[in-house]
Amino acid sequence: MTLELRQIEKTLGTDVHIHPTDLVLEAGGFNILLGTTLSGKTTLMQLMAGLDRPTGGTLHFNGKDVTGMRVQNRNVSMVYQQFINYPNFTVYENIASPLRVARMPDAEIKKRVGAMADLMRLSPMLDRKPAELSGGQQQRTALARALVKDSELVLLDEPLANLDFKLREELREELPKLFADRNCIVVYATTEPIEALLLGGSTATLHEGRVTQFGPTGDVYRNPKDVISAQVFSEPPMNTATVRKVGDRVDLGGIAYWPCPAVLSDKPDGDYQIGLRPHHVTPAANTPDGAQDGCVKISGEVLVTELSGSESTVHFKVGPEVWVSLAHGIHSFGVGEVADLQADLSRAFYFGADGALISS
Amino acid sequence: MARITLDKLGHSYMENPVADADWALKQVDITWDDGGAYALLGPSGCGKTTLLNIISGLLRPSQGRVLFDDDDVTALSPDQRHIAQVFQFPVVYDTMTVYENLAFPLRNRGVDSATTDKRVREIAEFIDMTHRLDDRAKGLTADGKQKISLGRGLVRTDVNVIMFDEPLTVIDPHLKWELRSKLKELHQRVGRTMIYVTHDQTEALTFADKVVVMNEGEVVQIGTPVDLFERPQHTFVGHFIGSPGMNVLPCTVDGGKVYLGGNQIAVANDAAQGGGTAEIGVRPEFVSFADNGLPATVVKVSDAGRHKIVETRCADQTLRMLISEGVEIPADGVKLAFDTANTRLYTDGWLAGSRSAGGEGR
Amino acid sequence: MNKTVNQKAWLFVLPVFILVAFNAVIPLMTVVNYSVQETFGDNTFFWSGVLWFTEILQSERFHDSLGRQMIFTFSILAIEVPLGVAIALTMPRKGAWVPVCLVLMALPLLIPWNVVGAMWNIFALPDIGLLGYGLNAMGFDYNFTRQIGDAWFTLILMDVWHWTSLVVLLAYAGLVSIPDAYYQAAKIDGAGAFAIFRYIQLPKMKRVLTIAVLLRFMDSFMVYTEAVVLTGGGPGNSTTLLSIDLVKIALGQFDLGPAAAMSIIYFLIILALSWVFYTLMMRNEES
Repeated sequence: MTLELRQIEKTLGTDVHIHPTDLVLEAGGFNILLGTTLSGKTTLMQLMAGLDRPTGGTLHFNGKDVTGMRVQNRNVSMVYQQFINYPNFTVYENIASPLRVARMPDAEIKKRVGAMADLMRLSPMLDRKPAELSGGQQQRTALARALVKDSELVLLDEPLANLDFKLREELREELPKLFADRNCIVVYATTEPIEALLLGGSTATLHEGRVTQFGPTGDVYRNPKDVISAQVFSEPPMNTATVRKVGDRVDLGGIAYWPCPAVLSDKPDGDYQIGLRPHHVTPAANTPDGAQDGCVKISGEVLVTELSGSESTVHFKVGPEVWVSLAHGIHSFGVGEVADLQADLSRAFYFGADGALISS
Repeated sequence: MARITLDKLGHSYMENPVADADWALKQVDITWDDGGAYALLGPSGCGKTTLLNIISGLLRPSQGRVLFDDDDVTALSPDQRHIAQVFQFPVVYDTMTVYENLAFPLRNRGVDSATTDKRVREIAEFIDMTHRLDDRAKGLTADGKQKISLGRGLVRTDVNVIMFDEPLTVIDPHLKWELRSKLKELHQRVGRTMIYVTHDQTEALTFADKVVVMNEGEVVQIGTPVDLFERPQHTFVGHFIGSPGMNVLPCTVDGGKVYLGGNQIAVANDAAQGGGTAEIGVRPEFVSFADNGLPATVVKVSDAGRHKIVETRCADQTLRMLISEGVEIPADGVKLAFDTANTRLYTDGWLAGSRSAGGEGR
Repeated sequence: MNKTVNQKAWLFVLPVFILVAFNAVIPLMTVVNYSVQETFGDNTFFWSGVLWFTEILQSERFHDSLGRQMIFTFSILAIEVPLGVAIALTMPRKGAWVPVCLVLMALPLLIPWNVVGAMWNIFALPDIGLLGYGLNAMGFDYNFTRQIGDAWFTLILMDVWHWTSLVVLLAYAGLVSIPDAYYQAAKIDGAGAFAIFRYIQLPKMKRVLTIAVLLRFMDSFMVYTEAVVLTGGGPGNSTTLLSIDLVKIALGQFDLGPAAAMSIIYFLIILALSWVFYTLMMRNEES
């Protein structure tokens, strides 16, 4: 089962909502759209569902052109960030509603709703109205309604965003299990990199209406194609700075120097951009040069330290930039203090002037 | 500024509460020192917003007293208590400019215009709004509006406490981070007492010096983020704080020794006082692969980027562990070791040995 | 491909189009037709150009009834809007009394217009009506069928009674949509009742109040039934409002041409004033 977007684009007047996009989504595993608010996730989903018409390009389902086919004639389910249920229906009737539309016999409906309620742990509350449920239960009802019919395409638009932290954690774990033995294409939009990572599957990073990279989630995270994809897929934001290559040395604005890495060795001298995820910048090691093998010491004025009980987050100045260090354990620095930290150079990304990753 | 004491506070939304469950807030006794950063943390419906409204004076408690320093303020209105509050949904006065918004609390109190002007400009500087002082508040983004709400609290010099009711709910995720650090930075700069209510452990732990964890109308534990992480008093705290939460494994206790599936487990606390249901609590961070230890099988590995979450079956129970990026996961014949200093026995949910010693929250 | 699909949409609009044509465009065109022609009642028409328009615009009768209309409209707006807001502010926002208050408020709106006129006519009669009799008993010399001041007083009182509810309901809808947090924040900021009204309630009610003012303005300009039933435009012509005058010309004197011209002028005045109101009230919204 495949859903293929060929040069799909959406413009409204002079505003480009989605730039021409090619994307092939497959069944099995989540297809995650990762990007900030207004990056185009919802628009892209609506185009996929047929709720909105593209201004250019075509949409193919299993090779068949479905561009412009109405959503009613396609087998699509959608779950939104807000818990959308029929307020006057019981949980049972809510879950049964798509089957009633499909004129399924009552016995079959009963069987399916029962099975779905068991799976979603909603069985004890089938007779209740949505207003009497907790947020998590309401969203599970909405999910059950989306899953009870055998949709070919299931679109989940930030379904966990309005839930409590712990509930989110729980449902994040359940969701992949629910879809494990279904033959459908699942698209999941989120703003949170950690959510994308934990759900696995494939991820498309979105930025200002463009898909900047698409591939297996772990791959996209570890091998970003360019600085934007790396930024989108980093929480807290990735630390960046301009570094200058001079011969066999790299200079970080006079703050630190290190030997030229292999990827830059055959590149001309000049300015490059370095990208380091916060957890690769940690408090300095207790060695003579203040850094472990493969790391370089960087010192900077501390702006704020946040301690979370198991981790420490230090915001500090690196030249004109503010960098963030995220480390296990408790490392407390006072405001204004100059902190010694180390950057793990083996994990550093180098980007060219055009923002593209420089790789060997 | 003031020290805040909550004395035997309780609240019920019913006329005549009878059962335990009728109380939205069971008895709460807390003292908060002047100038501290505190958080009220708990799931939806745990009573944290009720408690917040009682402190701010928007709600009269059914019983107990609220003291600011030594003054009983239980009967006073929010205005008389000199408090400030930032709400979940940003509240700004639409028809006013940013400047007028910030000046509003001072003008209402008849502060002269020269002093007002000085304060407003000072606070605008603090919240990075100097360049927008003449703009209509209505046109600001959600995070800008939240900064204005906070600014209205900071602008007054007589504020006893600034309270935050899930202030980051409507903020874009990529800006949440920034605003959260900003709040922390502001607290360090202005040194006012701040109380932050949230269901998000990361927000609570990073903001507060001391966190009050609540569940079902009760205070379960009060402690520093490190306390809550390393020494949870109750399995609820262990589960609620940390991602994933603490492993809670039913076990047996025999002669002061703890057994999990036939294997003896060393624990940090006193197991001799056990009784009732017994559970071992160990955080995923404190479980590691070892040459000798509990046999287990790996069920699932989730890649969270900077670490991996490994789900295992061990002694017929699900046990999660957190493995750093780059650590290899053995293929089979997996053996697990618990870090003894961070492995504890819980009886009836509470840390064994803690309740008889006047455990907290009860 | 886009186009073919979009064109289909016109088919759905067509029935509405035809309906509007029959009940609005065609009558309007007929009026326009009449307004530029002269007739002697035997279905023969002569082109008269803008004659009727100049005649109407220069006639004292028109000026007088327009003046009376303005006095009436602005009086009732000046009373009903503040009164409506004031009542809405005192209504409970939660609890068992909410539906009771809402039903009470809606009652006057449910009464047919001619019944309202008849009711007030009887109510105000000096010999048997409760209001008329009561006022006289208290020593006021009150007779709305004979004294101009009394007629105006009764007319405005009736309109206030009949229509303030509409303003109340709209203002109330605006008030209940204000989240509690706004009131709480204002209390914390030390704002008094007036400041809360000025900076929270009024701004949040602005949109619905704009609608209320526009509705009341347009409706009061077209008021006919109640006024005719109550005073019949009298005593004399003292309460002959535009609509009453229009009907007198058109159906009383059968001067179709002048009446048609007057209708169009009347319509343009309402349109222009509504536009002025709307832009004035919405001016601050944009910036």
